[in-house]
Amino acid sequence: MTRTRRISGVLILVAVALALASIAVGAYTLTLPDLLVTLFGGGTSSDQFIVFKLRLPRVLLAILVAVAFGLAGALFQSLLRNALASPDIIGISGGASVAAVLSLLVFGATGLIVSLSALVGALLVAFTIYLLSWRSGMNGMRFVLIGVGIAFMAQSVIGYLITRGDVRDAQQALVWMVGGLGGASWDDILIMAVSLAILLPAVAVLASKLRMLQLGDDLAAGLGVSVQRSRLALIVVAVALVAIATALVGPLAFVAFVSAPIARRMVRGGGLALVPSALVAIVLVLGADFVAQHLLTAGTQVPTGIVTGIVGAPYLLWLISTTNREGRAS
Amino acid sequence: MTQTDAPQTDAPQNRPIHALCAEKVTLNYGGRDIVSNLSVEIPDGKVTVIVGANACGKSTLLRGLSRLLRPASGHVTLDGRDIHSVPSKEIAQVVGILPQSPIAPEGITVRDLVARGRYPHQGWFQQWSAADEAAVEHALEATDTAQLAARRIEELSGGQRQRVWIAMALSQDPDILLLDEPTTFLDVRHQLDALDVLADLNRERGTTIVMVLHELSLAARYADHMILMCEGRIIAQGTPAEVVTAERMLEAFGLEARIIDDPVSGSPMVIPLGRRS
Repeated sequence: MTRTRRISGVLILVAVALALASIAVGAYTLTLPDLLVTLFGGGTSSDQFIVFKLRLPRVLLAILVAVAFGLAGALFQSLLRNALASPDIIGISGGASVAAVLSLLVFGATGLIVSLSALVGALLVAFTIYLLSWRSGMNGMRFVLIGVGIAFMAQSVIGYLITRGDVRDAQQALVWMVGGLGGASWDDILIMAVSLAILLPAVAVLASKLRMLQLGDDLAAGLGVSVQRSRLALIVVAVALVAIATALVGPLAFVAFVSAPIARRMVRGGGLALVPSALVAIVLVLGADFVAQHLLTAGTQVPTGIVTGIVGAPYLLWLISTTNREGRAS
Repeated sequence: MTQTDAPQTDAPQNRPIHALCAEKVTLNYGGRDIVSNLSVEIPDGKVTVIVGANACGKSTLLRGLSRLLRPASGHVTLDGRDIHSVPSKEIAQVVGILPQSPIAPEGITVRDLVARGRYPHQGWFQQWSAADEAAVEHALEATDTAQLAARRIEELSGGQRQRVWIAMALSQDPDILLLDEPTTFLDVRHQLDALDVLADLNRERGTTIVMVLHELSLAARYADHMILMCEGRIIAQGTPAEVVTAERMLEAFGLEARIIDDPVSGSPMVIPLGRRS
């Protein structure tokens, strides 16, 4: 417990530092005192404009979607007892993307409608996998394998939609697909914040059941957990988290996949590590977004999703290989 | 959920009396009846051991008794109420189950795992109470795993691991504990260790124990009551001396055997006669 608190404290400090840096640094860089004065309502009107119109929304949205991705990954991986079972690997994000791209390109939808279609698409995919993998009981591995198959199908559908679509729309959809925080608006922040306000309490209630489900279905049932109902509720909550975040910023590669394994290796102890997972995701997304904006190429900005993929994947590989070398169970 | 379930360290007679019964129960897997039309009453405060050949339905019966498997027909009742009509958490405060292959989350410590057995006694907001703490301590003591409390499960030997799982079941503080082959994969010394822990639990706290075992002579030594199953039916039940006879071994296992008295415990001991004897 104390270790979890300590790690969480450090992660929060890093996240705050990254957030401040992201708001301060840019074509016009604010000094730290100026930044703080502006954040608390003072400062020149141009500082106000830069902070509140241009940079703060991006940082806030980054934090909110990171929480959603980090938690969704942690929930799925624990529920299916498989590190591969993250929503971006098993086609749930893919389902959200298909529905979102469909509504963008074919129906010209925007804002809330895109989010809702992503939610519906992700839920459809999740229940398709759930039904297909059901054989008088649920098997995590079968769920993952079917999910990987569905992820490829989603890729194909998106590819088809983009090649058939109008060039400019397709370009826009492609940028969205890679995932980026460039278009962050206060409307987006409101959608994500309200969603989290509903979903986070649900996660808190379901976490104790998930902790029992980690011990196997039989033992969980013996301890008084209604296994089917809890599992369905957890899937719905995790799918909603990832779908809404995906609709707003696109599928940020690897964030849902790596956050929980990284957090669990930091805190140890076999718990769910939900809070540390969310914090790792925040640090990852803020860090990746900073790199994407300022450090990768001079002049042009790169979508955040490219950086999370480039940074996230090798870090996970490194973690896996080093923990094995020390002889800890993998 | 609202009762305060302080762990009972007092005499067995202070335990509430429970009646766990199966009434004309049919249990099936994938449309095939494994157990059909079976009735049984589990004697309160005793050690009951279910034995029988592979695939005779003994584990299935245990799953039925522990509500992990819903009967296709008939009822399993606890104190007169159908266990599928009572909230699961309420049953869990009385009946504990240790399945054959429970899963330990990676990296979990012994104490954290044992503490998870307290789930049925906790409310929505999971306050960890003094009663929870005492139950965990007692479970660690009773299974001789207190000195392992800070270790991670994957560092333990098979025998230690099994004792930790039993400790987890004990921290649940059940009046009836069902165990599916708790000695599988253990060498003979650790089999005895595990069975001794359960026998102590029965004697000191009056916990009703129901377990499926393979080893007939050990089963006869530890059981107050034995249930012998064959092809989904009970073909004999009673004291070990009544159940373990040469004729019954032939009927249930197709095994020619001689039965002698165990020189240590006096319980019946099965000497199998192979082709070479």
